[in-house]
Amino acid sequence: MSSTARALAVTVADVIEVTPLVKRFEFVSTDGAPLPPFSGGAHVVVELPDGDHLRRNPYSLMSSPRDLSRYAISVRRDDGGRGGSRYLHEQVVPGMAMTISAPVNLFALDLRARKHLMIAGGIGITPFIAQIHQLSGGGAPFELHYKARSAPLAAYMDDLAARHPGAVHACCSDRGEDLDLDTLLTTQPLGTHLYVCGPERLIAGVTARAAALGWPARHVHVEHFAAPPPGLPFAVRLAASNLSITVRGEQSLLEAIEEAGVDAPYLCRGGACGQCETAVVACDGTLHHHDHWLTDAQRETGDRIMPCVSRFTGRLLTLDR
Amino acid sequence: MTITFRTETFRDDFTFRNSPAGIRRFPFPFHEDGYMYSVNIEPHRPGAPGSVFEHGFDVDEHYVAEMADRALVLAEDPLRCQALPHMDLASWDYLELVMTTKARDYPELFTLETDGDRWHWTNRPLGIDDRFTFGVTSTLPCPPLEYIGRQTQGDHCLLDQRDNNLWMDAGMVTTQADWSLDFDIGMNFFEWHAPVPLAHEMGVFQRAIKFLTSIPQGQPSRRLNWTLTVNPRLDTSPENYPKWGPDKLTVTPDTIGEKMHLRVELQTFWRLPRSNALVFPIRCYLLRFDDLVTIPKWARRMHRVIRDLPPELVTYKGMSRYHPMLVEWLAAHDDGAPTSPGIFPD
Repeated sequence: MSSTARALAVTVADVIEVTPLVKRFEFVSTDGAPLPPFSGGAHVVVELPDGDHLRRNPYSLMSSPRDLSRYAISVRRDDGGRGGSRYLHEQVVPGMAMTISAPVNLFALDLRARKHLMIAGGIGITPFIAQIHQLSGGGAPFELHYKARSAPLAAYMDDLAARHPGAVHACCSDRGEDLDLDTLLTTQPLGTHLYVCGPERLIAGVTARAAALGWPARHVHVEHFAAPPPGLPFAVRLAASNLSITVRGEQSLLEAIEEAGVDAPYLCRGGACGQCETAVVACDGTLHHHDHWLTDAQRETGDRIMPCVSRFTGRLLTLDR
Repeated sequence: MTITFRTETFRDDFTFRNSPAGIRRFPFPFHEDGYMYSVNIEPHRPGAPGSVFEHGFDVDEHYVAEMADRALVLAEDPLRCQALPHMDLASWDYLELVMTTKARDYPELFTLETDGDRWHWTNRPLGIDDRFTFGVTSTLPCPPLEYIGRQTQGDHCLLDQRDNNLWMDAGMVTTQADWSLDFDIGMNFFEWHAPVPLAHEMGVFQRAIKFLTSIPQGQPSRRLNWTLTVNPRLDTSPENYPKWGPDKLTVTPDTIGEKMHLRVELQTFWRLPRSNALVFPIRCYLLRFDDLVTIPKWARRMHRVIRDLPPELVTYKGMSRYHPMLVEWLAAHDDGAPTSPGIFPD
């Protein structure tokens, strides 16, 4: 019993350079019908057929949930990554046919909130843009704090500030600005929910302060942007399928399993949702866990792995897949 | 396809009947000659034409009468329909799901015309023709969950998804097997399932919550659940126990065939995309024992399931008082022949 979101056939309607590092990609459905509804914070998984290598990368939807005529994502170019963002920046042009998944939301607004307090770091701004669209139709107030290296690199900051005066606060490190986290977290009205999306360091810092200052864990929501890290190639035995495969350096274990024609479930492809959890039958080497799903105790036992982000070094990894 | 809607009651004189075709399409819940809990969830894909699985929301010959019975329950007890304030978006989500699905699957019964947010809904069996603005509650005669719940067979639970859990934060519940929305509202998945015996220890609910919180939009799932009910009464609620509890005393070997009903719930699970909530429609089907035993495979299997039921389940399903009598009555309809796999008649 596992789930994978269904596929949607889309056409690239527009590619827009937002900053020197960020491009926005807009998709319309190829058959002209409205795209499926979604909620703010949802992501889609975009198929990136780069030669022989099929990558599937998750990106947050940033368009308005009330506009189903097109979806938009924004992608920051990461030249040190596995190549998915580079492929999007260099190869994807208007008119191209692409396949994306139906939206899945692992970072939903808690609609009971009396107020939504949002903290974004860099490209982590994208899910908040869709959530702000959703809240603009009525609902609890929001307050967004957006951290970036510099104003020119802060995608959509000017636009957000102009449309939501008083609710959007920029924080650019090149101007010497820093977030006064303790003041922010100790002056919120009762019933506020806190949302954080951005680099790992930001998420860890904010959640640690929130916990230390007495925020209930259920009022703190995070979206990890865990991209699968590249690494060394390794050998895997898929015991249930009776197949031996090699995971290439720029490929994730999940992608290598899919390339071998073995059906494997997934939803987030970022180590957060738990859908791809796979039992380890034998491990002649070391597991490198990069997920946010397994507990420390489970990692210690070493009897399971999240193949969307985690890797292995050693002689052979045998999986129940 | 034409459906002849029956005029019948689910209380007082109990004129409810299944037509011969209604008997054959009954969702018999046992795929083998025994029963134990399992996470028996499968994709809610369109099933065989004419079966209750053909469409996402089955409309059958009892539709109009069931909606009339629901109106009676709501008039006596408005708390059978509740939505906590944060479930407004999910309520609209569900209204959209039901209207688009039914208009597509039953175009001769239901029509939906949309022009942006301006919607026009026609429900011919119930004589409803309304224009409203999607998302604006003041343009409907009543709140969206109540509006669509009064037009859709089965109970409807809207489950908010938070903290890797599901929360019973809205619902329309008038055809329930002895549970109360008013009692359960605001509870999470483990809390409202707390009274169920054995299944917690088996880890059933831990596995189920992991699956349910991952259901993607457009890929609903389903399972069947069952119990027994004396008389074809839809509203077997805790609130009304004094009205239906004493019915159990009327069961005798001579009245079992007429009074005892197999009550099956077709439970489906759908992601609601605008709110990220889940909707859990629980559709109740009733089949009197006299009708059940006209299908030889079901007669044999029903006897073997009831005979071998674990004592905890005999108690939980409320049949302690008449269990031996039931087994004896059913034994007379079981010739001992083998049964074929699966739930459908031979």
